[in-house]
Amino acid sequence: MSTDLPSRSDHSHMQADSSDGVTFDEATVERLLQLGISRRRFMSYCAGLASLLALPQSMVPRLAQAATSTTLPSVVYMSFQECTGCLESMVNSFAFSGGTTIENLILNMISLDYQETLMAAAGDQAEERLLSVTDQSDYVLVVDGSIPARWDSGYFISGERSGVARFRDAAKNAALIVAVGTCASFGGLPKADPNPTDALSIGDLMADLGISKPLINISGCPPIPEVITGVILYYLSQGMPTLDSLRRPTVFYGDTVHEDCYRKESFEEGPLAWAFDDANSRKGKCLYMLGCKGPVTHNACSRIRWNQGTSFPMMSGHGCIGCSEPDFWDRPNRRNEKGFYIPIAAGSGHTRGLPCNTCHDDIGGDDD
Amino acid sequence: MAATPNVIIDPVTRIEGHLRIQAHAVPDGMGGGTITDPGLSASTMVRGLEKILQGRDPRDAWAFTQRICGVCTVVHGLTSVRAVEHAIGIKVSKNADYIRNMMIGAQYVHDHVMHFYHLHALDWVDVVSAMKANPTRTAALARINNGTYKPNNGALPNAAYFQTVLNKLNNLVSRGQLGLFANGYWGHSAYKLSPEENLLLVSHYLEALAWAREVVKLHSVFGGKDPHPNLVVGGMPCTLSSNTGTVNDEKGGTSLNTEGLATIKTAVTRMKAFVDQVYLPDVILVAKRYKEWANFGATAGNFLCYGEFPDPALVKREFTDGAIDYPAGYIIPQGVIWADAPTTLTPFDEKMVTENVAHAWYLGSDTGEHPSVGETELYYDGPLPDQGRNPDGTSKYMLDENARYSWIKSPRYDDQPMEVGPLAHILTMHARGGTANAQPTDKLVRKYVQQLWINPTAQGGLGLTFTQLNSTLGRIFCRVLETKIIADQIAGRAADTAAGTAAYAGWYQLYYNNKAGAYWNPNTFTRLQQPNLWPVQVGFGFTEAPRGALGHWVKLNRVSGLIDNYQCVVASQWNAGPRDLVGVPGPYEEALRGHVLANLKQPLEVLRTIHSFDPCIGCAVHIVDPDGKPLVQVDVNHGVCSTTRVSDMRCAS
Ligand code: SF4
Ligand code: SF4
Repeated sequence: MSTDLPSRSDHSHMQADSSDGVTFDEATVERLLQLGISRRRFMSYCAGLASLLALPQSMVPRLAQAATSTTLPSVVYMSFQECTGCLESMVNSFAFSGGTTIENLILNMISLDYQETLMAAAGDQAEERLLSVTDQSDYVLVVDGSIPARWDSGYFISGERSGVARFRDAAKNAALIVAVGTCASFGGLPKADPNPTDALSIGDLMADLGISKPLINISGCPPIPEVITGVILYYLSQGMPTLDSLRRPTVFYGDTVHEDCYRKESFEEGPLAWAFDDANSRKGKCLYMLGCKGPVTHNACSRIRWNQGTSFPMMSGHGCIGCSEPDFWDRPNRRNEKGFYIPIAAGSGHTRGLPCNTCHDDIGGDDD
Repeated sequence: MAATPNVIIDPVTRIEGHLRIQAHAVPDGMGGGTITDPGLSASTMVRGLEKILQGRDPRDAWAFTQRICGVCTVVHGLTSVRAVEHAIGIKVSKNADYIRNMMIGAQYVHDHVMHFYHLHALDWVDVVSAMKANPTRTAALARINNGTYKPNNGALPNAAYFQTVLNKLNNLVSRGQLGLFANGYWGHSAYKLSPEENLLLVSHYLEALAWAREVVKLHSVFGGKDPHPNLVVGGMPCTLSSNTGTVNDEKGGTSLNTEGLATIKTAVTRMKAFVDQVYLPDVILVAKRYKEWANFGATAGNFLCYGEFPDPALVKREFTDGAIDYPAGYIIPQGVIWADAPTTLTPFDEKMVTENVAHAWYLGSDTGEHPSVGETELYYDGPLPDQGRNPDGTSKYMLDENARYSWIKSPRYDDQPMEVGPLAHILTMHARGGTANAQPTDKLVRKYVQQLWINPTAQGGLGLTFTQLNSTLGRIFCRVLETKIIADQIAGRAADTAAGTAAYAGWYQLYYNNKAGAYWNPNTFTRLQQPNLWPVQVGFGFTEAPRGALGHWVKLNRVSGLIDNYQCVVASQWNAGPRDLVGVPGPYEEALRGHVLANLKQPLEVLRTIHSFDPCIGCAVHIVDPDGKPLVQVDVNHGVCSTTRVSDMRCAS
């Protein structure tokens, strides 16, 4: 578990301190010169990234190497039954002050060789591109969206091919498959009851197709941008991260958002917020009674925060909806009712000494 | 049956969602040709969202509908919230309306800028040509075109700045890893900008990414994250912090503290600055070079707006009155413009909206029904995918305009296809500007249309006619113009004597002055349990999204309080929908008529017009099944393959 992870406020501290004592190899230094990035800025970026990824500072040079290599690792990003929220989130990615942004990531650190929403090529030229890059080997295949189980259902066709065929062909030579977002990781919205299109998560589809390749799930609807880019860079520099039983990197999904929520004291001891905009809401008291799913939701929102540390759902007054967990759209709460405003059954989650129902599949019962 | 399509774009890239375009061009014998008939626009992905919504808690619906689209993330959520508020008779506070206006407004500014630079620009900007640019001359151009924009560590960009951008491009090329820029139609004869103009716009493409990240912080402060910020039926979930300082375990508080409010203010200021200094002048620069595009891409000329941006100042008593009740005060009017009277706004009647599935993969009404009663089920009977190509390279997968060919249904208003979106917004504002109810923003629209579009080139205008606004270029122009109007509405604007408008403080300031007021109507959740107080059978919620008229209809069960039926008719559905029963094409399809292509294998011209609508196809596709019947067993039996499970795909190739 990652209880020893530095909290958000620790990042700046580590950034400032760590620019000493780390040496880059010559190639890295030369590359930085070429790219017009100052060593110091780059250093602080790598240090921030390392601390985000809970890596020892001794790993910084390796990160730096990966980030400045002359042949960039190829990333193929394919979209299926999705809403583009995951990509939109990734486009907001900005590591740390003075650090690398999505612009630099795309231009300098990876070669984003296929991404339908951003790529210049269209139609036949886009298809040719997809075929030629997936003909090579060792690219990272990033996928968002679920995929309809039946290839001939017509529920997903692109470039005259079904979702199943498109994925199967693109997966063939991939070194790693990364499912971005809860739709790709667990089926998400399309799979919500009654799953009208027979939508599958990427993991389930791989099992169905008999594809055994390394898979990382980066869940969230959408995931936090720095988590998406952070995991990709981690893999490129360090290899496979440690995963939980749902194949999510424990460094980001090891804790619940409740663990790091500043409202936790009132969860334990009260008072609670009972309505939006009431006096306790303004004081930032716990949103448990308004349906917060924080105690059963594994994610880093309260630690990393969203949009470069601007806020996170509970800080802006709304409970967690649980978006990084499987089947969160259909989660049963008190009295077995579904709903984002229905409090979770007492005893759910990592709190009050009881087992976490997400980790242990022990969904709490009726409490009133 | 029409001639076999010889222009096919699948997938259409640089859009949201999955779209296929087919058209037939009469060949010119030199590799090019002219499209003389309407094209065919087909959405090829479906998720079945409305089906998923049945039986849900109405308070939750916003979170589901928000995921219709992660690009228009705010508007689908708010439309749902408004539909439920309408269904149960709940009014919201002034602050809620100010915040909603700002969130929708920020969505417009963010989406429109990103659409121009990241989705549309590469249709007009040749990245390979940019590499031939002279950085000194580009810096001189920047001084003329964007004289006040200082992206270079707070200084005007100089030759060294553009040299850095060039280096980045050169790096991609020297590595042989063009990434996102690979396989574009570079060097196509339809590209008209000089290398320096191309480089300038490429630099703004990169700058806009960094800018966008700052702008969405407005959503993040109010909604906790972006994309998909949180909303709530009855107002807003955010509230003023009791603690003005840093939020922490001890002092508590919320995102609306001193720092959060300052973050919003910064976002608002940056929005306005980027639109004025970069986006607007860049669009004008592109328009000057591509004026002929005011002659292509016209739709039938019927436009529809539901209306947006109610004036919260009209609320007299909170929770009794509601700004949404005062369409007269909307910034973008509610109304209809018909082709025979492009400057006249006629009233909109929600009952005249119908949907038909004559050419869509659903069972249901071919002739059109009101969304609240529409009944449809998924029914794919199109061609099978994965069949490869014919020996001559032509497709085996071809959609037929006489059959069902899209997952988008055809919405009609008074039986007519309507164009929605920025062009409709500007035309309705322009039309109202000529009436006694002219709003200040209408007057500004009229001023800018005259000054920038109609005035002769000698006076700095484009020298185009009002009628030519209905075109590919007109759509791009109207998009930037409404972005300016809205950015100013949020940030405030000075008096304008030429337009005859007074100074306006802007929504941010007006909200700020009222920030201690209410954010949420405390009766909301109890009202959900009192069906006898619900005023209507079917709640209608609408917004005017960045891409146009967006409506949700919700029917609640008076016993269970849960959703019986949910239906969305969305912006891109109006624009991207297929033909109707009598074969009248949708706006995308109509707009392709008359296009002249230099090279049928590189249909850049078609892409320009399709992109000018800013397609958002995830939005456009949904299904409904009000009786909760089981879905039809889709049994596609084309004699090719009788097994359908994915496991069978292992051997197929
Ligand atoms: S996980 Fe959420 S944000 Fe991502 S594609 Fe699915 S619905 Fe959209
Ligand atoms: S229940 Fe929610 S609001 Fe309360 S402390 Fe936990 S995460 Fe925070």
